[in-house]
Amino acid sequence: MLKRTPFYSIHLQAGAKLIDFGGFEMPVQYESIKKEHNAVREHVGMFDVSHMGEFFVEGPEALDLIQYITINDASTLKPGKIQYSAMCYENGGIVDDLLVYMLEENRYMLVVNASNTEKDFKWIQEHNSFDATLKNRSDEYCLLAVQGPESIKTLQKLSDVNLSEIEPYTFKTGSFAGYDDIILSATGYSGEKGFELYFRAADVDLPIVWERIMEAGAEFGIEPCGLGARDTLRLEMGFALYGNDITKDTNPLEGRLGWLTKLNKESFIGKEALTKAKETGLKRKLVGFTVDDSRSIPRSGYAITNENNEEIGYVTSGSRSITLGTNIGMGYVAKEYAGEGTKIYIQIRNKQAEARVTNPPFVKKD
Amino acid sequence: MNYPDDLKYTREHEWIRDNGDGTATVGLTDFAQSELGDIVFVELEDTGTALDQEQVFGTVEAVKTVSELFAPASGEITEVNEQLEDEPELINDDPYGEGWMIKLKLSDPSELDNLMSADDYKDIIA
Repeated sequence: MLKRTPFYSIHLQAGAKLIDFGGFEMPVQYESIKKEHNAVREHVGMFDVSHMGEFFVEGPEALDLIQYITINDASTLKPGKIQYSAMCYENGGIVDDLLVYMLEENRYMLVVNASNTEKDFKWIQEHNSFDATLKNRSDEYCLLAVQGPESIKTLQKLSDVNLSEIEPYTFKTGSFAGYDDIILSATGYSGEKGFELYFRAADVDLPIVWERIMEAGAEFGIEPCGLGARDTLRLEMGFALYGNDITKDTNPLEGRLGWLTKLNKESFIGKEALTKAKETGLKRKLVGFTVDDSRSIPRSGYAITNENNEEIGYVTSGSRSITLGTNIGMGYVAKEYAGEGTKIYIQIRNKQAEARVTNPPFVKKD
Repeated sequence: MNYPDDLKYTREHEWIRDNGDGTATVGLTDFAQSELGDIVFVELEDTGTALDQEQVFGTVEAVKTVSELFAPASGEITEVNEQLEDEPELINDDPYGEGWMIKLKLSDPSELDNLMSADDYKDIIA
């Protein structure tokens, strides 16, 4: 039985097409992915992302547990700050990528991918030999992402908190749409300015909140947006998607997450394997690429070859870039082909499409 | 969604209209265009190509996904909808009208009898 979010009937009324995503019945699109995508790039759009998992870690050794299971250095966090991080297996493969929220001293929230919630919870629990309690509160929390250049103007109508003062990757707790203690987080997956709002489902009339946001954003042309637009938006920014671009079979160093892999951190799961991988040199790298031919769209799973038709890698994500009108993708290639501008070839059915390695983001934002 | 009664349908979500003069028009159903989402372009075989029933005659690329097109009946392609080159969204907007894809000179009109009626098709997509 698929889970439904409190916005399920709203999605149906709005004409959404629903799919199974991470065990949830979620909107993949309403009217048109293009329309939703453009609303976020140009104005504002709202996504129901209540399927994301929320864990709470509390206790005198909460930080120690987080330091042990994640690859970034959570000791640099302060209350109100958020860190992008990942969890690895002993062999360096990725368990999941996640956000770490420092709520207060000795109290953290971890936000994980919906499809990994159970796996992640088990994994952390297994490694919790610390004086810290771990609670899975995914079913209690609902999450709306409001993204786009006019997201602040939209949301400010509904909150006393000065939203423009909330820096990226920080959050404040405050009033929203008549409710108190809502987590207002300056984060997102679209590359645009925006917020993710965390609600405790039991305390809040969520369909009303959805309506209030739609009303507030009406003058800016707000659109409800589905997972389809979420995917085309994130790909244009080169953000990795777990299950596609990063998996248990890829490590963060080759997966463009070297910047958050803090190998000098004291001890964490995967440290030895990753240190060794770095010393011996990476064999392959995740790259972005642009296909020259407008009629050749790369798709996940297509082979990547060199000019001699030798297989050098594979596509992990690909689509038409709605913003640019070109065809873009990401994939793993042998290290010697990872330099920007290198010519590679995507095997699309019976043709070879020439592509160039392009360092993301594909869509440049200031 | 709309499934005109005067068309025949395939399990692969194509429709075919018997034009009564030995030719037939082929396109993608309303259900299929809706499942695919925004269509970015279509690649179709050229005029003159001989197709067997169920042979691939093209590919339709949407933003998120790609799908092959299968001939509902055997025959030779007599016309390709050139308008789709510049306006592939016609398939989304008007799948049974301006979004038509190819016309076929049927080699065996009785093949159409094996295809589904609108009611049968509605049952399989329900």
